[in-house]
Amino acid sequence: MSFPLLTATALTPAIGAIVTAAVPSARRTAAKWIALAFSLATVGFAAAIVLRFDTDAGADRYQLTESRSWIEDFGVRYELGVDGIGVAMIALTAVLIPFLIGAGWNDADPKEDEDEAPASRRWRPTQGFFALILAVEAMVVLSFAATDIFLFYIFFEAMLIPMYFLIGGFGDRAGEQGEEGQARQRSYAAVKFLLYNLVGGLVMLAALIGLYVATADQLEVGTFSLQAILEARGSGELDLATSTERWLFLGFFVAFAIKAPLWPVHTWLPNAMGESTAPVAVLITAVVDKVGTFAMLRFCLGLFPEASEWATPVVITLALVSIIYGALLALGQRDMKRLIAYASISHFGFIVLGIFVMTSQGQGGATLYMINHGIATAALMLVAGFLISRRGSRLISDYGGVQKTAPVLAGTFLIGGLGTLSLPGTGPFISEFLVLVGTFSRYEVAGIIACAGIVLAALYVLVLYQRTMTGPVKPGLEKLPDLRVRELAVVAPLIALLIFLGVYPQPLTDIVNPAVEHTLSDVDQTDPAPHLEEVEAGQ
Amino acid sequence: MESLIGLLIGAPLLGAAVLLVGGRRLDRVGHLLATLLAAVSFVLAVVLFLDLLGEESEARTLHQHLFTWVPVADFQADVAFRLDPLSMTFVLLITSVGTLIHLYSIGYMEHDERRRRFFAYLNLFLGAMLLLVLADNYLLLYVGWEGVGLASFLLIGFWQHKPSAATAAKKAFIVNRVGDVGLSIAILLMFTTFGTFAFEPVLENASGASEATLTGIGLMLLLAACGKSAQVPLQSWLGDAMEGPTPVSALIHAATMVTAGVYLITRSGAVFDAAPDAQTVVVVVGAVTLLFGAIVGCAKDDIKKALAGSTMSQIGYMMLAAGLGPIGYVFAIMHLVTHGFFKAGLFLGAGSVMHGMNDEVDMRRYGGLRKHMPITFATFGLAYLAIIGFPYLSGFFSKDEIIYAGFSKGGTEGWILGGVMLLGAALTAYYMTRIMLLTFFGEKRWQPDASGHEPHPHESPLTMTIPMIILAFGSVGAGFFFDLNENFVHWLEPVTGLEHGDSPVAHGTVGIAATAVMVLGVAGAWWQYGRRPVPAVAPQGRFLTRAARRDLLQDDFNHAAFVRPGNYLTRGLVYLDHKLVDGVVNGTAAAFGGASGRLRRVQNGFARSYAVSMFGGAVLLVAATLLMRAV
Repeated sequence: MSFPLLTATALTPAIGAIVTAAVPSARRTAAKWIALAFSLATVGFAAAIVLRFDTDAGADRYQLTESRSWIEDFGVRYELGVDGIGVAMIALTAVLIPFLIGAGWNDADPKEDEDEAPASRRWRPTQGFFALILAVEAMVVLSFAATDIFLFYIFFEAMLIPMYFLIGGFGDRAGEQGEEGQARQRSYAAVKFLLYNLVGGLVMLAALIGLYVATADQLEVGTFSLQAILEARGSGELDLATSTERWLFLGFFVAFAIKAPLWPVHTWLPNAMGESTAPVAVLITAVVDKVGTFAMLRFCLGLFPEASEWATPVVITLALVSIIYGALLALGQRDMKRLIAYASISHFGFIVLGIFVMTSQGQGGATLYMINHGIATAALMLVAGFLISRRGSRLISDYGGVQKTAPVLAGTFLIGGLGTLSLPGTGPFISEFLVLVGTFSRYEVAGIIACAGIVLAALYVLVLYQRTMTGPVKPGLEKLPDLRVRELAVVAPLIALLIFLGVYPQPLTDIVNPAVEHTLSDVDQTDPAPHLEEVEAGQ
Repeated sequence: MESLIGLLIGAPLLGAAVLLVGGRRLDRVGHLLATLLAAVSFVLAVVLFLDLLGEESEARTLHQHLFTWVPVADFQADVAFRLDPLSMTFVLLITSVGTLIHLYSIGYMEHDERRRRFFAYLNLFLGAMLLLVLADNYLLLYVGWEGVGLASFLLIGFWQHKPSAATAAKKAFIVNRVGDVGLSIAILLMFTTFGTFAFEPVLENASGASEATLTGIGLMLLLAACGKSAQVPLQSWLGDAMEGPTPVSALIHAATMVTAGVYLITRSGAVFDAAPDAQTVVVVVGAVTLLFGAIVGCAKDDIKKALAGSTMSQIGYMMLAAGLGPIGYVFAIMHLVTHGFFKAGLFLGAGSVMHGMNDEVDMRRYGGLRKHMPITFATFGLAYLAIIGFPYLSGFFSKDEIIYAGFSKGGTEGWILGGVMLLGAALTAYYMTRIMLLTFFGEKRWQPDASGHEPHPHESPLTMTIPMIILAFGSVGAGFFFDLNENFVHWLEPVTGLEHGDSPVAHGTVGIAATAVMVLGVAGAWWQYGRRPVPAVAPQGRFLTRAARRDLLQDDFNHAAFVRPGNYLTRGLVYLDHKLVDGVVNGTAAAFGGASGRLRRVQNGFARSYAVSMFGGAVLLVAATLLMRAV
């Protein structure tokens, strides 16, 4: 048996989390470096996954597989394996985490007045912060790698716990509301996050049990193995009744739609992203939420192809509503982190749209969108976080003329924003355009409605930029320092990546394309042919 | 030879990257480096031009395939370039005027502490514009298209501390984005129809597609062109764009970027030729804009905004010509090139005047400047004669050809188009003479500015006057050279095709009529502004004048129709998101809460309410799914 690369990739941050948490409270800085080192080691393993992954057309669908028995009685196995989509998502996660650690370097330092009595403190916030981030990373990697549905479910749910503490325990510098008001807002957001996702998880659990019962009914033994179910379905051994399939689909879909989040179950996201620190906000939207859209591709389409097709009109409608609604709400925000959160809702609309239009371009574009949205939002949100940490306010109206005093900060903010509005030449343009192509080739009207997102995105990004960065310098901002070396070291590579993926996305498409072909064959769909060929064929 | 194409685009892009990443260290050499790289592009363009000239006229096309850009199933986009006489014409215009304006900016921006950034943006613009005209498929063209939009955004808002500049920059970008939706949909339609969006296969197979599809593609391309080229109804950004430094107005908002719409339509000629309805709309848009811009240009006292109105109007001529099909393409491009020279010259002249007048833009505060700025006066004057169509200068040839092509459309339409364009020509002569008289003739009308400084008008330094002189030569001679042996027609014909319409009016008659209306326009302006002193404060004016000063109420309309309802919608939705989507479920929770008093003691208040609210959302999802399927 070859080296268990996927397990190693997940285990590294898990061990890192334990080690970081164990660092004594006085050695805060050491804890930070340890966390960074483990996250970088994870990048190394992720790179090995990318290199080992075979992108040839004839290669296995799931590679780097691992399989161990776990709970025999229920057919639960420790089964891992990745297709190209999983590889891309693991790579995104691994690459983003070191930047988040770097950006949040000082976010969890104890306040100066608290520092004087360290002996009385048992809770070590700095260690905790970085350990929790690594813990989330480990669970996210496992949910991208799990091919046993029950195993997936465990990590899908378990990551809520560290996320809950990250949202509830760490926030921005207190603004006008004061320390206490901020803490109340935070715990409100954390509980809202937890309950939304928990209920989604419960619905999924019910569907999961239903699926197990159905397999136990028709096959000799019940199983949670994705590959076993796919094979059984392919060979006709497993044939779910239409209504069963639809209910099971809905159970899975609701959980993933909450995680994604899709309108109308989106309202937890602005609270969670607004109240948490910028790196945690990025962790939510760029990494954790992607498990939702990823799972739609892997489980909803793979397990329930007919029900997926049946639900397509509704899902597409909800996705379109998300695109437009998220963008309009972003326009109306006074808080810049909530603005970015609503922008993300709009972008998740594009991702879900791409997944459910069932074309190569749509699903390929949706996968690229997950990656590019992660990078663009990280760039924009982290710079916003740097700005907020300087002034102690999230309100857009507290800023103005920043480019005069901090031109590099303003410049990087603009580039992050241009990525968010999908400027051609940056990665998000390609993914957004692919989703549009994929949509339009099957549903022309939906494609045209989604195009409205192009204008709205420009509006909310540029209005944000104009209000914060241009015009006369607001009182109190005259001495605003520009980006520090650490901050620049975090943002510059993200920007380089953003542009690189816009100019030369082929390494990524090579990995993703075969997986998309497989997913399309799961749902038994082919791309519509160009009209001209149809005409010629008809003659 | 092909490999030079990538280099031609790469040089200024490299300059932009180096200047932006290099930081303050490069402050002292940045402008020189940028100008040098612009010049390198120009030299490469000339080399390629000479190479093309050496080929047979039918074989003048070079391709360069750099790499595969986005391959996803049937969707194959390449980074590949196409150099043919049409793109070559643009490349020469862009690199020559671009280099001159880099040179001019060295003097113009000398005292600006962010000069390095300015030159980085200029280089970025040059690279993006070259990409736009050299791309061999529509998706890559889109990258250049938005790239010039970005450069335009950065340069209009270059003086970001001025709220008006920041607002103008944002407005330009967003109005252009509306146009981009058009370009996006056009590419989507091409992909679903032809399975590709590369120029050659789309344009060669265009006739095979249904007319309805082609009309759709044509109208969407027109929408894109309207945004970029400031044509009605997406014209409202151009006047505000004059907030940018004047060299920017000359290069981007007069000579090159704003003409990209005309390029797009001419390039897509095969689509439009098979979609006569779309062509009609192009012609109408051109005709409306040519009058719209001219009327606005007559009323503005701000010298740059008056020139911006003129730009809009002149592009209206080009658009109209391009809408005429093979009768007009060649002349649309010919007018585009001559306009590039004389309008850039006019803007650089305006910049020179502002440079000597403490950045005053109100022409009513000028007067008598010919004595103080002889070179500016001479070069501006030559460009002025060229634009009004003074016989045997550049504008005379290119505009007459367009007017003649309009008549050649035949029938009533021909008469209408010809008439509109002659009216436009009279207005052109009127507003340009007005600018000339207000600025260079009459008595001095300037006063000390707010801080008490009296302007001391003076001639600009050599780096500024040399480009103006060179452009003045272009304004004078380009038309004559293009007309000689029909040089320009033979050069472009292999790409655009050429047809001769059936004009009810002889070619010579059109020339005489155009000259006659020009004299009328000049005389009208002289009657109003030349024979008596001009008041330093504008008289109130009649309704049309007042409306024209407000750009024919374009912003009032946009505000009433889009901005205000949009604001209400957004605010309403923010309220609803909080009260309804979040709140209905909260309300349900409260109802549950009232019913279950015991639970209340056990559970934390909002924990319960969110559990319920979540559940409500989930139920809503399931119900929606079931309902919509049932219907």
